[in-house]
Amino acid sequence: MKAVDEGVVHPALALDRITCTFISSDDPNQRYTAVKDVTLAVAPGEFVSVVGPTGCGKSTLLNVGAGLLAPSSGHVHVFGDELDARVAGVNRRAGYMFQSEALMPWRSAIGNVVAGLEFRGVAREAALQRGEEWLSRVGLAGFGDRYPHELSGGMRKRVALAQTLVLDPDIILMDEPFSALDVQTRQLMENELLDIWQAKRKAVLFITHDLDEAIALSDRVIVLSAGPATHPIAEFDIDLARPRDVAEIRSDPRFVELHAQIWSAMKEEVLKGYRQTKVKA
Amino acid sequence: MKRKSSVRFWQIAMLVIVIALWYVLTSPTLLPPIYFKNATQAAFFFGEPLQVAERIWTWFVSGEIYLHLGVTLLETLLAFVCGTLFGLGVGMWLALAPSAAAVFDPYIKGANAMPRVILAPIFGVWFGLGIWSKVALGMTLVFFIVFFNVFQGVREVSPVVLANARMLGASKRQLMRSVYLPSAMSWVFSSLHTSVGLAFVGAVVGEYLGSARGVGYLILQAEGTFDINTVFAGIVVLTAFALLLDTLVGVVEKRLMKWQPRSGETEKL
Repeated sequence: MKAVDEGVVHPALALDRITCTFISSDDPNQRYTAVKDVTLAVAPGEFVSVVGPTGCGKSTLLNVGAGLLAPSSGHVHVFGDELDARVAGVNRRAGYMFQSEALMPWRSAIGNVVAGLEFRGVAREAALQRGEEWLSRVGLAGFGDRYPHELSGGMRKRVALAQTLVLDPDIILMDEPFSALDVQTRQLMENELLDIWQAKRKAVLFITHDLDEAIALSDRVIVLSAGPATHPIAEFDIDLARPRDVAEIRSDPRFVELHAQIWSAMKEEVLKGYRQTKVKA
Repeated sequence: MKRKSSVRFWQIAMLVIVIALWYVLTSPTLLPPIYFKNATQAAFFFGEPLQVAERIWTWFVSGEIYLHLGVTLLETLLAFVCGTLFGLGVGMWLALAPSAAAVFDPYIKGANAMPRVILAPIFGVWFGLGIWSKVALGMTLVFFIVFFNVFQGVREVSPVVLANARMLGASKRQLMRSVYLPSAMSWVFSSLHTSVGLAFVGAVVGEYLGSARGVGYLILQAEGTFDINTVFAGIVVLTAFALLLDTLVGVVEKRLMKWQPRSGETEKL
């Protein structure tokens, strides 16, 4: 295992004093610092959620971790190795599930699921077999030849989940993956995700603005401040027993207690974020 | 279903009415001349449908037309294929190389704004009176349609789809093949009807301006002898084949673009 190096266990993903400043393309003098001095780490096998008010730069952090975006300053370490997005490109050990539609519309469901295997040069037969396996694991056996537009929003998300997980990434990055779904579908998907995670024990960095979702899923919840210059303001260990059922756990007294604690830490920031968007609008 | 068949009925009725009117108004014996002094003058200017039909009939029965039609269609096909490939290549390149695109921008705009049919005589000088001058003309017409669509298609690739493909491990080449090209192709296919039509225009106009074969050449010859019936016969044959090509493109498009959403897929029981 690469994670164990001279007796030191490296985090699966470590962000070290990350700052991202964007320069407006219309006016180079206009700068916007989305995140400032963010340090956070996800241990191998750990499920970490990041919550924060809308528009606070959560996705920016995830893009940095994925290697899609090079930070203005700071370092990213993947299992102890430095990731430089400007040189090496994307984080090869991570799978990324996007918030919006990311499937290739010109590929069928199975074509989308096996895309990553294809890019990695896996033989067609083997790729298709693994793809079918994953499709049935997310409950879409027999839907392989459908095109994305022929599937419902929830089904598309499942295809995206299978597409990410079929590559068996060591780190799973998720950017509000279920935010567009209705409550029922969402809970089903969350339970499915937990089952899969329970079986595989990958490091997960999960971004959401939904506190319930964060608590129900995670080992640890990190609260971010409102933007600009977002940074972590609090961290909570979620000591709820596993395996969990996301629907049932919401009535657990410990869940309610944690929810109240985290919410009191978050509330001020959410209001701040709300006032800012109001001023902008 | 009922509405569809009644539409078809009126479509055919319209054709019959137009031909009947044409026949009645141009026949030297049926009507007293309304506008012309001489009864045969209407037929001289507008031709006669029966003669036109007879002309077409003899063309196909004697087999005289096949060579000419074959040449015109070959020119169309070559112009279409070359223009599309060329447009695809240049479009992809410029869309992925923004600095080159910025340099070329005014020239491309200028070349597109120019009425390119006027290049036909130049191509005639360069490539002679054979098929290649027509292919070249058709190509310049097709190229820009495809080029602009590919350019747009590559530019409009969803950044999320692109980022997703990169995260799935796609190399630069794989991105081209799996993301940029399919996206560009969807734009190319949406313009396929226009580009096939223009390839046809290029072929016929090229023949008309100077050639030894082709339907355009037949029309030019007939015009030289004031044989208006043959001119009309040529036009009818060209129209029929243009429609045929268009239908063919429709079939291909439906086949290849089945991943695109179409509205109204419910069936009424």
